Amino acid sequence: MTVRTLYNKLVDAHKVCDLPGGDILVYVDFHIMNEYTSPQAFSGLETKGLKVWRPGAHLAVVDHVNATRKREGPDEASKLLISNLTKNCEKHDIALYGLGDPRQGIEHVVVPEQGLVAPGMLIACGDSHTTTYGAYGALGFGIGTSEVEHVLASQTLRYQRLKSMRVTVDGKTAPGVTAKDIIMQVIKTVGAGAANGYAVEFVGSTIHAQNMAGRMTICNMAVELGARAALIAADDVTHAACQGKAHSEHMDYDVATWKSDTDARFDHEVVINGADISPLVSWGTSPDQTLPIGSKLPSESDMPTPAAKQALARALGYMGLSEGQPLADIKIDRAFIGSCTNSRIEDLRSAAKILDGRKVAEGVTALIVPGSTATRIHAEAEGLDKIFVAAGFEWRPESGCSMCLAMNDDVAMDGERVASSTNRNFEGRQGRGARTHLMSPAMVAAAAIAGHITDVRDFADKGDT
Amino acid sequence: MPSMISGKAAAFAQPNVDTDVIMPKRFLKTITRAGLADGTFADLRFDENGGSRPEFVLNNPDWSDASILVVGNNFGCGSSREHAVWGLKQLGIDTIIGTDFGGIFYDNARKNGLALPIVSEETRNTLLALAIDLKTAQFHINIAEKTIKTATNTFDFEMGETVQTALMEGKDETLDSLKQANYIRAFEAANPNAVKLLVNK
Repeated sequence: MTVRTLYNKLVDAHKVCDLPGGDILVYVDFHIMNEYTSPQAFSGLETKGLKVWRPGAHLAVVDHVNATRKREGPDEASKLLISNLTKNCEKHDIALYGLGDPRQGIEHVVVPEQGLVAPGMLIACGDSHTTTYGAYGALGFGIGTSEVEHVLASQTLRYQRLKSMRVTVDGKTAPGVTAKDIIMQVIKTVGAGAANGYAVEFVGSTIHAQNMAGRMTICNMAVELGARAALIAADDVTHAACQGKAHSEHMDYDVATWKSDTDARFDHEVVINGADISPLVSWGTSPDQTLPIGSKLPSESDMPTPAAKQALARALGYMGLSEGQPLADIKIDRAFIGSCTNSRIEDLRSAAKILDGRKVAEGVTALIVPGSTATRIHAEAEGLDKIFVAAGFEWRPESGCSMCLAMNDDVAMDGERVASSTNRNFEGRQGRGARTHLMSPAMVAAAAIAGHITDVRDFADKGDT
Repeated sequence: MPSMISGKAAAFAQPNVDTDVIMPKRFLKTITRAGLADGTFADLRFDENGGSRPEFVLNNPDWSDASILVVGNNFGCGSSREHAVWGLKQLGIDTIIGTDFGGIFYDNARKNGLALPIVSEETRNTLLALAIDLKTAQFHINIAEKTIKTATNTFDFEMGETVQTALMEGKDETLDSLKQANYIRAFEAANPNAVKLLVNK
């Protein structure tokens, strides 16, 4: 038997046939849709007179455009997207976890909660953060709307095998360092886009020390490296996470199978020392523009090339910051905890630990949107909502992507600065002219209390952070 | 798409241009593919009051008819939204030359007749320099031969065979793949686990 990477095992296991020119057709075990990237795929089926190949292998959720203050679309266009999805699912006999369903929430939070991911699966979704499922030793990747149509009609996708990158993170991380900081350190080290064309496998003691929520955060944000797939080999933690969920009885897998062979070769290797990682904060408009808390912003003189100088000037200009400015002095207008990266129960607990008995600084608007309805109910059962509300955070009754991409009515205003537990600090991401600083949920909580970006480790007296 | 594309190239060197910037969220609430030209690069093209931003290359009257962009590294990163590709095509862009592209954006492009020739950083920088001068901004791109002919030189680019074919033949990939239906059924028969999942309604 040839020595193979986990990635190649997953591709091999799903290969249907070769296609002329070098593509292969791969089988999609499970496909997830949302209300905004699927409409034109369904209308494509209509135009071409095609049926859904295997309706039971698809799930649709409403998460991107819905309001989270109350249960509805915030505007007529959003309502149309939601009603259109409902109509399409009814017509094609596809499961829909829509507004008001106790299983509704952000797709990448809902799927693991419902036990719809297991090692060895191939999962596609019209959303770039589908890399999340690599945390389970499953091959998850984002697709465009034309591909959504393709998978609906054929249960397959045209696929080109990616190159492989192994990112090894070993060692014990310092207190206050979270999975978010680990992946932000990887992105800072490798560079945004440096993994374009690669499948990334994360290995090492630091990675396997993470719980499933942490592993999902890591694989989720691997797409910001450009990785089209992110993987963590299945282990006992994975196995335990696959038990007792609504769909667990549908899943049949072998944890031992879904890891790279010992001598498997990778096209590119990256090694990071877990002990070197500090809590990180983004200062610019690309997810690799980050610094450890306690640093000063870069200066033009640090930049090696004219292009780098220009990129720095553009990022600082958009962000309204000056070169050399201390990161920890930057005042914030908003704090947001949510998104498919960091809105799981573990994330909410880490924020609650910081917020317990403290108050959000005057002038800061602070918001928490739980990742799913089930997560909200879980958090309320633990009394976390009371801690958030007492601290001055708004706790939303409905779940969705909300201010991560601001497609609903949670939009930061022009020039407002947001401490955010989300995944992208792109220009305009959280609102036109809005300025995003990415960080862990605990760091967002700390910034909300301080009124400016600050070190969560200064709040550690409330317990281990 | 013919195998030869000729047009005026515009230089847009900024790195990491993401699909949120290519197609801002307020244009995404649509159930059709149409009407996205106005949304494409909207926040770069227009100010808060809808006024044209003169610093954006496609707002320069000399380059407003450009059909080719020469771009910075990692163009099209971020969100999977195919609306970004639909909008670029509707704005009249049919070729984007760069060093590397966001993976989902790259796959979306070939399905919509948007050519993405990949060149080295050195070639890209040379092409950027040619594209900022009207006298040298006319490029001729040969998809079959994988070359970019300019006033000064001819440059090679990378493009996989399936992408070349997809661009030149413009086949409907869904219908084309369904010709393999027998293989898909055979896979399902050989892998009972793959068809075990039935998502609870």
